[in-house]
Amino acid sequence: MYRYDEFDRTIVTERVAEFSGQVQRRLAGELTEDEFKPLRLMNGLYLQLHAYMLRVAIPYGTLSSAQMRMLAHVARTYDKGYGHFTTRQNIQYNWPKLKDVPDILADLATVEMHAIQTSGNCIRNVTADQYAGAAAGEVDDPRIWSEILRQWSTFHPEYSFLPRKFKIAVTGHAHDRAAIKVHDIGIVIVEGDNGAPAFDIYAGGGQGRTPMIAHLVGAKIAAQDLLHFIDAIMRVYNMHGRRDNLYKARIKILVHALGAEEFARQVHDEFAKGGAGDDLELPEGEIARIRAYFAPPAYETLAADDPAYTRALADDKAFAYWARTNLAAHKVPGYAIVNISLKPIGGIAGDASDSQMDAIADLAQSFSFDEVRVTHEQNLVLPHVRQTDLYEVWKQLDAIGCATPNIGLISDMIVCPGLDYCDLANARSISIGQIISERFADLDKEHDIGELKIKISGCINACGHHHVGHIGILGVDKKGVENYQISLGGAADENAAIGDIVGPAFTEDKIVWAIETIVDTYLALRKDGERFIDTYRRTGIEPFKETLYAAA
Amino acid sequence: MAQHINKKARFHSLTANRLLDGEPVYLTRSHAWSENLHDAAIADGKDEGAELTQIAAQSVADRLVVNPYLFDVDVDAGRPRPISVREQIRATGPTVRRDLGKQAS
Amino acid sequence: MPLLKDGVEITDDKWVRIDDDAALPEDCHALVTMRRWLAERDTLTARNTPIGVALESSDNPDAIMDDLGRFSLIEVDFPQFKDGRGFSVGRLIRHRGTYQGELRAKGDILPDQLHYLARCGYDAVDGDARITPAAWAEAQTRFSEVYQSTGDGRKTVLQKRQCI
Repeated sequence: MYRYDEFDRTIVTERVAEFSGQVQRRLAGELTEDEFKPLRLMNGLYLQLHAYMLRVAIPYGTLSSAQMRMLAHVARTYDKGYGHFTTRQNIQYNWPKLKDVPDILADLATVEMHAIQTSGNCIRNVTADQYAGAAAGEVDDPRIWSEILRQWSTFHPEYSFLPRKFKIAVTGHAHDRAAIKVHDIGIVIVEGDNGAPAFDIYAGGGQGRTPMIAHLVGAKIAAQDLLHFIDAIMRVYNMHGRRDNLYKARIKILVHALGAEEFARQVHDEFAKGGAGDDLELPEGEIARIRAYFAPPAYETLAADDPAYTRALADDKAFAYWARTNLAAHKVPGYAIVNISLKPIGGIAGDASDSQMDAIADLAQSFSFDEVRVTHEQNLVLPHVRQTDLYEVWKQLDAIGCATPNIGLISDMIVCPGLDYCDLANARSISIGQIISERFADLDKEHDIGELKIKISGCINACGHHHVGHIGILGVDKKGVENYQISLGGAADENAAIGDIVGPAFTEDKIVWAIETIVDTYLALRKDGERFIDTYRRTGIEPFKETLYAAA
Repeated sequence: MAQHINKKARFHSLTANRLLDGEPVYLTRSHAWSENLHDAAIADGKDEGAELTQIAAQSVADRLVVNPYLFDVDVDAGRPRPISVREQIRATGPTVRRDLGKQAS
Repeated sequence: MPLLKDGVEITDDKWVRIDDDAALPEDCHALVTMRRWLAERDTLTARNTPIGVALESSDNPDAIMDDLGRFSLIEVDFPQFKDGRGFSVGRLIRHRGTYQGELRAKGDILPDQLHYLARCGYDAVDGDARITPAAWAEAQTRFSEVYQSTGDGRKTVLQKRQCI
């Protein structure tokens, strides 16, 4: 994985000093809150219901064990012993004190971490497929290009005061695990000419108030032109994105207003003008330099099936259940990708305690070439584990409560912090996730239901990705009472779709019944191993409307 | 920031976050800031609400608090009771972690 | 409003802002809106005194890219520090258009933005009392390394790594 050189270190150190200075100026009254707010947001510091909230960047969701231990240290030393992994592969701390933030950032900088640009109207964390470099069938490792974009977008002099936040996601695989089609820019690595990587570049996707699927704006853009093309999109957006209305300021609104074709024309026009006094062509040497950081680890040559692993599966039912859902195929024989579930039944989705983080750091170091990843679905991944080690890894995960065998099943929900934490929320979301999780706790039942992605947001800002849930739940405020509106048929992968609202919202005491009814309706209608989303695509929304509302 | 004030509501209290550590605080009758909702002054009507707002503005300028705002309350034996779920949660702590926030002390 | 040019305070700004419907005085450094420039281009190009053009944040500099050599001053409005359009406008004028005259940012500007302004081609700032020569000087040296090239000639991290 990427390691800072002296230049990266200098940049982060100087910026930490800058922010410390800004905090001092704020506390001394030289900056008003109005002036300080955009500056603290650019360093990931929010003001929430109970306290400040600090969002630390985890570039493309990749961490070393040392970095994970530092995240544990921050949780333990400056916060209340836990952190929350987010839908942008970052981590959030809910209780930092403003006066401690410069120290937190200084500590993070010692392991090449920071909170730069995790908020504010700038280019945010570039996210990527969590199976990068491990899954078979990948055209190229998306983290290489994510790292290149990260550097280029950090403290960009022209693009630090955009109309609104800007989110980029990258995948190198035909099966999109990074939800690229609902990002401001989504990048799919494809095979270019001469077998070199090239990029299909999508723009104008997003969720929130006006969810939209991104449009293809540039096809097979050559590798060396990546920054140049992204620069063209950014300049069109910076100059023409709306500045008059906060709710209409994302690039998706601009793309929609112009029409995808006209927007693409303007981008290509700008691209053709060849930059502005700069040469954005990526030198082969720099691509190679960054690529080297993501070289495959020193895999052993192993048989495709490890006998110890096979034996453990047969001997230990609980282990077998876990292996059934929480493992993904690795491209190298004898290895596996391990998903660490942060969705314990009845627990808080995406939260991890400092001791869990430390234990996971140890696992990463001992069993996964010192690497752990964060997924946008709020789980973690150990990307390269030998099959022969899986039983031991599982036992250790089980000992810390991170081995719930539910990846991709109904209890593996995305849940935003909601009204329990968030200043923007209209309703609680965590508790809804908990009661649904508890209702469907029976493992056999969960397996019978199969793949079903429930995504819960506590407000229209959609940090819980409800628009792209197979079942999406949106918390709303109806005359002071928390209500929950359900949508069906959303999807975040390469067949991305925005869910359809099924009908009037439900109160908290009815929401579990509603989910049960939806599940039962699916089970009654499904054919031939259809997943929920397959059945929904075949039957449409009507049968679900009927069962949910006809009796009313 | 969500809107917390119902124009028809009669009683309001005023809250903010402490600048240094983000702790929710409430403006008291003696114009001090308390961590406890129990101590919050109750404004009866728009004019009294405006008075609280003015005092809060001075505290902002004095760098004690940030983001002050009025919120609707009912009066219960002389004490303010928040009407919105949001302010109830803010006064106690996250409902899903009863060991954290004000409710824990 | 203190005016800084190349980090030095200017107290005798020669430029006079002329309203769109006001007559143009004969012998003065006239600063007209871009709207007026475009409407009265022929008359204005005939003048042999320095002319400057003022852009609102929504103005697209495309319309004046061919005329850049005629201006001694281009002023770009920053109505609100969050409105970052001026950064793109500055780069297009200075780095794509190779404009040689004074490029002035005017309006609501934070000292924390001066570094970016300079990198985007601005050499003059008309802001509030916090925009001081010291703030400008500090902004030029505060960040010793930069990731991006803009056309200001600064060697980027990438160039240093690749010894370009």
